[in-house]
Amino acid sequence: MEPKQPSNTHRLNGVEMPRRFGLTGRQRRAVKTFILGILYLTPSLIIFISFVFIPLIRSFELSTYLTDPIGRPAKFVGTLMYQRLFETPVFMNSLTRSVQFVLYSVPTTILISLCLALLGNLRLKRIDIFRMLFSSTIAVSGATASLMFLYLYHPTVGVNYWLGLLNVPEIPWLVSEKTALFSVALTTIWLQIGLNTVILLAAMQTIPEELYESAMIDGASAWNNLVYITLPLLSSTFFFLLVVDMLAAFQTFTPIHIMTSGGPLDSTNLLVYSIYREFYFNGKYGFAAAQSIMLFFIMLVLTVVQFAYIEKKVFYE
Amino acid sequence: MKQPFVTRRIVSHALQYLILIVAALAVIYPVWSAFNISMMSDVEIGAYPPRLIPSAIRLENFQRALQQAPLMRYLTNSVVQSLLVMVGQLITACLAAYAFAFIDFKGRNFFFLVFLSTMMIPWEATIIPNYLTIQRLGWTDTFQGLAVPFMATGFGTFLLRQFFLKIPRELQDAATIDGCNSLRFLLTIVLPLARPALGTLAVYSFLQTYNQYLWPLLITNDPNMRTVQIGIALLQDEERLMINTVMAGVTMILLPTLTLFVVSNRQLIRGLTAGAVKG
Repeated sequence: MEPKQPSNTHRLNGVEMPRRFGLTGRQRRAVKTFILGILYLTPSLIIFISFVFIPLIRSFELSTYLTDPIGRPAKFVGTLMYQRLFETPVFMNSLTRSVQFVLYSVPTTILISLCLALLGNLRLKRIDIFRMLFSSTIAVSGATASLMFLYLYHPTVGVNYWLGLLNVPEIPWLVSEKTALFSVALTTIWLQIGLNTVILLAAMQTIPEELYESAMIDGASAWNNLVYITLPLLSSTFFFLLVVDMLAAFQTFTPIHIMTSGGPLDSTNLLVYSIYREFYFNGKYGFAAAQSIMLFFIMLVLTVVQFAYIEKKVFYE
Repeated sequence: MKQPFVTRRIVSHALQYLILIVAALAVIYPVWSAFNISMMSDVEIGAYPPRLIPSAIRLENFQRALQQAPLMRYLTNSVVQSLLVMVGQLITACLAAYAFAFIDFKGRNFFFLVFLSTMMIPWEATIIPNYLTIQRLGWTDTFQGLAVPFMATGFGTFLLRQFFLKIPRELQDAATIDGCNSLRFLLTIVLPLARPALGTLAVYSFLQTYNQYLWPLLITNDPNMRTVQIGIALLQDEERLMINTVMAGVTMILLPTLTLFVVSNRQLIRGLTAGAVKG
């Protein structure tokens, strides 16, 4: 690592330093600060290069190969895996199921969290206790949440009995391919509520009090305040949450692994679970890598859209 | 005129508290019922109609859960993994954030973008090569396999950099004049000032690691190296185990994180909202 740096520096500073020798004092100082800066970054860079950047490139590479059972590239096949992705029902099913999962979970999460944040924003004594309770799901892991919901969905001891008292017909939760995906989505919704509420509450506290005061003088109702002041000023926060929740929904794995193993009838075989199954159990490393690259592009598009939107916001402000 | 106004305010407050309590109960219902089930006897969990609360505070299920699986061993593994990641992230992020905040080197913005870009690459997109790397290194079933890949953090570096930027540059100038080198300046002046931000990052990275699932699932096979989240999921697979025992296990592994959440609530929330809310 070390001996390379001077030459690297030389190249990067090439514009100002046409010659390697005969540096002015200022240039020499610039080289020294550069080396110092890079030294401080080195520990992080080593980890990022070894476990993020190189693996990402290798995922691309792997997706263009047929591999042997232990994941070594055996035969270059170009874009065959990607063609196969769109031809085989497995991936298309995972993709549509993932999109469906996002549609189930994301709007519901944001709506529930908005209600909780509005409640948590009331001016009352001890409101901080309620805020803490509303955001408590942050501390809960996917695994424990899945086990708790597994119990709630239990046919005899779960929530069905209590719902029955309210005349709700028995829900087959995880057993039927019609309800399983939604049941898993409920778990994710519950898990995400904490983070969403925290962020909405923090955003609400940045809204200047004077806005509500002058609205009150004009005789605005609480509903008017919500619709004409709070919600519009939260729009960028909503957008942020939309992207964060969509990314989280696309990455859902733990509840699937614990609650359904992708079933019944592959109805909960979401993208990450499918990747896991293809490479870990079926040994199809190339095929799984192609799926993970597709996931990467979905995420990339979502983040780029977010940045574009925020840029625009900043511009208009 | 005064009387009805006061009464109306009391009624409205009471109503607001009522709604708050109902909402809070709905949110914590899954955890609350897990706690209750964990203290019910085998007869009680089979009762119809189902019971809401146990008839007594029983701890047998906790003992049973501990006998069924080496939960304490799993817990130790998880805590060791989380502490390693936490310390690793604190060190790497402090150093990097210091460079981004205090050293004016060429290409600083470029490298900052590189760090931020790591937040946009989903872990799942790199998981297959990482899994193969860990196997090749012979790091399966080891703590380095569990911890090293997570020892750098784009988010944490960003968080600390934002905090470091608030520290006046004059301090650095004064320190330089006094002959203080940059590492000593970081250790003796910047870090003590940045304690709240370090706390935030510490809590955040501990929670994240403790709650990991997919990675430990892939790279640990040895029961002695399993982390607690995997261990608890396996506990559920045991057919003969009663649901009260599983919930006792769930309760035990939830307690550390819930305690951490309550104790460090303020710091954690500041960290979580750092990227989301301006100002």
